[in-house]
Amino acid sequence: MMQENMRVLAHEEIADSVYELKLEGELVQAITEPGQFVHIRVAGRTQTIAPLLRRPISISSADSSTNTITLIYRSGGLGTGLLSETKIGEKVDVLGPLGHGFPVDATPSGGKALMIGGGVGVPPLYGLSQALIARGVQVTHVLGFRSAKDVFYQTEFNKMGQTIVMTEDGTSGKQGRVTDVLDSVDFDVAYACGPIPMLRALEQAITEKPLFVSLEQRMGCGIGACMACVTHTTDPNDAKGYRRVCCDGPVFKAREVELC
Amino acid sequence: MLEVQLPGLDLKNPVMPASGCFAFGAEYSNLYDLEVLGAVTIKAATLAPRFGNPTPRVAETPGGMLNAIGLQNPGVNEIIRKELPRFEDIKVPVIANIAGSEMDDYVLTAEKMSKQSVVNALELNISCPNVKHGGIAFGTVPEVAAELTAKVKAVSEKPVYVKLSPNVTDIVAMAKAVEEAGADGLSMINTLLGMRIDLRTQKPVLSNLTGGLSGPAIKPVAIRMIYEVSKKVSIPIIGMGGIQNADDVIEFFLAGASAVAVGTANFVDPFVCPKIIKELTEKLNAMGVSDINELVGRSWKK
Repeated sequence: MMQENMRVLAHEEIADSVYELKLEGELVQAITEPGQFVHIRVAGRTQTIAPLLRRPISISSADSSTNTITLIYRSGGLGTGLLSETKIGEKVDVLGPLGHGFPVDATPSGGKALMIGGGVGVPPLYGLSQALIARGVQVTHVLGFRSAKDVFYQTEFNKMGQTIVMTEDGTSGKQGRVTDVLDSVDFDVAYACGPIPMLRALEQAITEKPLFVSLEQRMGCGIGACMACVTHTTDPNDAKGYRRVCCDGPVFKAREVELC
Repeated sequence: MLEVQLPGLDLKNPVMPASGCFAFGAEYSNLYDLEVLGAVTIKAATLAPRFGNPTPRVAETPGGMLNAIGLQNPGVNEIIRKELPRFEDIKVPVIANIAGSEMDDYVLTAEKMSKQSVVNALELNISCPNVKHGGIAFGTVPEVAAELTAKVKAVSEKPVYVKLSPNVTDIVAMAKAVEEAGADGLSMINTLLGMRIDLRTQKPVLSNLTGGLSGPAIKPVAIRMIYEVSKKVSIPIIGMGGIQNADDVIEFFLAGASAVAVGTANFVDPFVCPKIIKELTEKLNAMGVSDINELVGRSWKK
């Protein structure tokens, strides 16, 4: 983990209020697995103290040969709104890589992996899929979005494997939820990232095969010290009884922690 | 030029992380050598383990943040067994923060913690706004604070610093009460009680409803209270509340603090404490100050 002012190589809106940000810097070398995240300080241009805290953003993909990472985030609040104004060539204060990502080796070479993403939970699955393919894993993606205007990376995912896009209103792909099509997919291991209701539904639907879920939570420090992002373990006999999403996660085994 | 002597604390510099913002040091010890710090104030210990409050536990505010962690900690015995041994090999003074919900909890926890060889001083947390019972109650009534201080002093083998709450009308009365009860020093200020309401849900953001406000937004309150209290007490003050850089440290000294603790800024920049310590030497040199102790209370001293 390090703190670095990374250079913006590219920055564009790829869906409604969804931005793709490419950053260059040394900390890329420290990334160990897909699903890790970075903690970004978006101090105003005049070094003001709002927003004060960093913003956790998942790493969509990383390329250690060029020292670049790609982040995909939704612009909504104060921090991401300011971040979306960052221009090519400017520097961004990044702390990372943080957290434990998806266990790539949970799927054996030659096996089949299913990636299930919802909205801005989709991005880390891209890097995961790349890593799985590199291991000789066959990948399938089920990506859920609200509407056609929210869809991104469909072409990119399609290039890697079968990709089913679901939208709530049916304006792109199939109408429905990601859980509607699970029965039609053959897989050995499933990986998911998205809103809590989606993860809950998946934990109920996928019980016979391994499932890993990546959680989002409000964070303070991002390194495990402030205890802002804790969640209870489901096992009441667990020695600690809780996990910190930032450093014990954000990826957990299905049903290891309470989804809240 | 940065050395500071306080009861029980032989500090090579006056900068330490504040309790609750540094856990038990493990995370930060992976980032830098903790021996550069003046001291380490570890997260509050209670007699029994506490999970704390449900999430959301933090909410950002302009220039600050609200937290309602709720004193999550594994309990004093587990801290002694698992967390304190870390400091046997790190040459840095340790201040152990003690919290409770009943008088007896505080006393038992303080007694156990003060017997630990790596603990140099206790910080009595009578001001946590995020626990239902105790905590803030002990911090708002001078007589109760004094009684608790005296009881803890009676059992503690180490000096006791009492951490004052800013959520009072008369901070000087609180400070004098605990000084008379035997406190060796003061820590001030703890967080200010606050709330944020979500416009979409139209409900408070924090599950605990209220939380403690920290960060640069509260610095003027801390400065004012330290200014007022340092004029009226003769025990030293560890100042805290929104410190982000060496200029802030100097301002706290001028107000009357003899050392400082850095809290929320650790979350923004985990390397902030070593940065401040380095910057502080440069700032003092530029000011022509050869000993930081000269600055204590200079804003009011004639």
